[in-house]
Amino acid sequence: MVTKLVILLVIVLGVVALAQLMRVYELSSKLTKKVESDISNRDNRFNAKMMMAFMVLLFGGFIWLMLKYGWTGRGIAASVHGRETDWLMDLNLIIIIAVFFLTNALLFGFAYKYVKKPGVPALYYPHNNKLEMIWTVVPAVVLAVIIILGLRVWNTTTDPAGKEAIRVELFSKQFDWTARYSGMDNKLGRFDYKLTHEENNPLALMTTETIDSAILYMEDGYLNTKSIHYLETTLNDPNIVMNSDDRDLMMVELSRRERLIRMLYQMKKRHDDKIDTNAYDDIIQTDTLYLCVDQEYEMNFRSKDVIHSAYFPHFRVQMNNVPGMTTRFKFTPDVSTEEMKKIKGDENFNYILMCNKICGGAHYKMKMLVEVLDAKTYDEWMNGVYRKDGKGKYVLDNKGKKILLKRGKVHEATFAHTYKKGENTLLPTTTQSELEALKVELEKKANLDIPSTDGN
Amino acid sequence: MAAVAHDASGHHDDHGHHEESFVSKYIFSQDHKMIAKQFLMTAIFMGVVAMLLSILFRIQLAWPGESSDFVSFFLGDTWAPGGVMKEDMYLGLVTIHGTIMVFFLLTGGLSGTFSNLLIPLQLGARDMASGFLNMLSFWFFFVSSLIMFGSLFIETGPAMAGWTIYPPLSALPQAISGSGLGMTLWLFSMAIFIASSLIGSLNYIVTVLNLRTKGMTMTRMPLTIWAFFVTAILGVLSFPVLLSAVVLLIMDRLAGTSFYLSDIIVNGEMLTQHGGSPLLFQHLFWFLGHPEVYIVLLPALGLSSEVIATNSRKPIFGYRAMIGSILAIGFLSFIVWAHHMFITGMNPFLGSVFVFTTLLIAIPSAVKVFNYITTLWKGSIVYTPAMLFAIGLVSTFITGGVTGIILADAALDIAIHDTYFVVAHFHVVMGLSAVFGMFAGVYHWFPKMFGKMMNTRLGYAHFWVTIVGAYGVFFPMHFVGIAGAPRRYYDYTVYNDFDPATGDMMMDLNVIITMFAIFAAVGQLLFLFNFFYSVARGPKTVQNPWSGTTLEWTTPVEHIHGNWHGELPTVHRWPYDYSKPGYDVDFVPQIVPLREGEEEGH
Repeated sequence: MVTKLVILLVIVLGVVALAQLMRVYELSSKLTKKVESDISNRDNRFNAKMMMAFMVLLFGGFIWLMLKYGWTGRGIAASVHGRETDWLMDLNLIIIIAVFFLTNALLFGFAYKYVKKPGVPALYYPHNNKLEMIWTVVPAVVLAVIIILGLRVWNTTTDPAGKEAIRVELFSKQFDWTARYSGMDNKLGRFDYKLTHEENNPLALMTTETIDSAILYMEDGYLNTKSIHYLETTLNDPNIVMNSDDRDLMMVELSRRERLIRMLYQMKKRHDDKIDTNAYDDIIQTDTLYLCVDQEYEMNFRSKDVIHSAYFPHFRVQMNNVPGMTTRFKFTPDVSTEEMKKIKGDENFNYILMCNKICGGAHYKMKMLVEVLDAKTYDEWMNGVYRKDGKGKYVLDNKGKKILLKRGKVHEATFAHTYKKGENTLLPTTTQSELEALKVELEKKANLDIPSTDGN
Repeated sequence: MAAVAHDASGHHDDHGHHEESFVSKYIFSQDHKMIAKQFLMTAIFMGVVAMLLSILFRIQLAWPGESSDFVSFFLGDTWAPGGVMKEDMYLGLVTIHGTIMVFFLLTGGLSGTFSNLLIPLQLGARDMASGFLNMLSFWFFFVSSLIMFGSLFIETGPAMAGWTIYPPLSALPQAISGSGLGMTLWLFSMAIFIASSLIGSLNYIVTVLNLRTKGMTMTRMPLTIWAFFVTAILGVLSFPVLLSAVVLLIMDRLAGTSFYLSDIIVNGEMLTQHGGSPLLFQHLFWFLGHPEVYIVLLPALGLSSEVIATNSRKPIFGYRAMIGSILAIGFLSFIVWAHHMFITGMNPFLGSVFVFTTLLIAIPSAVKVFNYITTLWKGSIVYTPAMLFAIGLVSTFITGGVTGIILADAALDIAIHDTYFVVAHFHVVMGLSAVFGMFAGVYHWFPKMFGKMMNTRLGYAHFWVTIVGAYGVFFPMHFVGIAGAPRRYYDYTVYNDFDPATGDMMMDLNVIITMFAIFAAVGQLLFLFNFFYSVARGPKTVQNPWSGTTLEWTTPVEHIHGNWHGELPTVHRWPYDYSKPGYDVDFVPQIVPLREGEEEGH
């Protein structure tokens, strides 16, 4: 508190002192009959010299920054297209730095040289078509070159990926990343956000089982106070007294759920269980994203809540994750983490995936380590999490979560197809017979009561 | 309409004599000169607020996690427990800083002040076409300023989704606390602001088209007026689109529609909104957002054209090319918006088209720069503070402009989109240039606004501190950006987890940047003191202190309703007859008839 008072006091005193100085200045101006709008030659020359001094400072500062910090951080590109991007970037930088020096030098140089000299009038020079033509055409030509080169790189970068590219999905939510590899078939399983279950199906993958379980959960989920069954029971229970606001809220929630369940039934009806296998072999990775050096990747990007942006600064890759749509980017990392550590001379260096679109308070912490492995190590890792028979070896823990066994160590890989048909682990308190009854009822509804509002 | 009515009645001598109450003179004034001053005062207040916010978050960036008395003084225990600001508040400060600077200082403040002041004065009109609408425009602006300022003080904090308020973040209060009431206030404030801007712009356009005095053809208008005119057209065409974006967002937030929302689960809650697109908002936003850059920049360029010509004692070089550039920039600014969206997943072909159109803007911009430089060539430069700021503007316009070439190149944008390189680019080219233009305008037309002079020496000090501070802040930012630092990060020490060397570099530069920011901010006290002291006690000005040729310097020093005693002046020549051969003085005002056989300048 005292420091604040002292600061305030200093500010007040400062203003008073400045005001007093101004008064002295005013009085002396009055004595010398100085008019504020007449700029003296001394002042003109002072400012002209300052212009020159400032130019030296500006250029000197730029060169110092360039030498000291110009190459830190950015480093060499670690992907095939990134090398082209960097070449283009360097070319553009050379052009713009040249323009920066040239035009600023002209500006400050003229500002210095053509300061008012008593007796020397300014040149009346209103226009010159030839000059103007030159500085329209020259920039236009330079820009044409920049545009053509830029579009060439842009087109090759955004072209579709080759057939051999491994498909990986990067799923984002506040505030972490999940990667999903497409597995042996190199096909990513389909998804629908309505199938999301925070524990069992966080990525909302679409299989026959996840649709069934989502319907079950929506209708009568265990401890799900927003299940339709619960809401209906509560609303119809004559013993429960609610105020009208709560009741309204519940009604709204109920109709919302009913809308969703209708869509789930439509989904069930349309679902083709042949595509289930696409999802079954997907590998989900939450801590580190492993990539194979010199392997092309076709990345898909998806978001659960708000817009995020997948930014791999070292690969020169960036793409937004937009809720409601899937975006894509392809790239081929071609410098392994080990090599890059050597190049950078820094054992602590790692590739990174950052979030680069404001997404909430912890935005700045939303990142995922990326490791580019050589082919052998990558295969070892792949084989570790995924057996070639396409099923993987896993056991169920008591929550119904699959634990994948890997060389004696417990390696967690939350598989999307969290249970097989007929062994529902979603509703632990529901007995098997109750469950069967529920399922029969579900089947009936699915066959009979599918609303005809198709395409909803 | 008031001006027209006065004209028709022919009782010009009555102007200024009728008694005015305090309220009608200083508060609900319909006089364009008073409204200009009201805009300026409000803008200065908002500018100071936004600058203070920036200092607060700069402190966090330079010394993350360290307790600061300064931060705790302003944010208190709620938002900065122990003197360390919260993550959410950091984003709130960034958001409101951007919003105020872009809209309230550089759109409302810059256009509002100088279009109002100069359009009637430089065209020879008695007032704006509609004095009442003009007053309304200010009061809408004032109310929206109050709402925006007030949103800093509510419990859930101000809007926190960045000044671009991309949904879904801005649509979902569950996603961040600022998207609750804070965002609602932001949206309503902006809706009112847009109304203000529209009313103002329509008024400017009508005035320019209809109320030019005799002889003031379009090609005799000073470049300031051309800039304001094109700016107003841009505003009329683009601000309604922002309003539609804002209204749709309000609907999504309050009425459960799904214009921007689809397939979202937030905080475990599954939203039923389906089929909307967050990209729709971005298209709508940037359809305003990009012309907005020029709404901010063109008036500054117009002001500096005038200041540079006057103080070089030379005609502006290539008057018609300058007009052509303004028109070309205005037109092109409408077909470049999606260069903000190269990496949103938009069709890459569309990206190519926008690369092409965006880079085209460099051509008229280059023409303007070279014309400014040639205007200085063989001039007889008088260094008023306004002239210093105008030259500063040309420098920042170059420095910030060239980095735009990199960002406009989609292939390069992939690597540096949303990094500090972008922040550096638009702060230099749009922020600094427009602020320098505004300062140039204030120093140059202060005598016209207040009938008094500002202190020149303090003006010099202010300029040199400001330009050194400003370049000191934004030059190093380019390097942080090229190193890949994402913008809107609360704390760059996260780099220690994967690239400590780069992290160290960023922290070094962040400290340097913050030091310069504080230096520049303290320097602004020189301006504030000079400004308010001179309003109160500055020495009286003469009628034409800078020996200008344009009409505003033919009006009497004391403000009168209707601007001129007697007849409106008649214009005989273009506005840039400085140092014309054959005349004894180095300026020939527009009201002086052409001599026999004399050719007009362009």
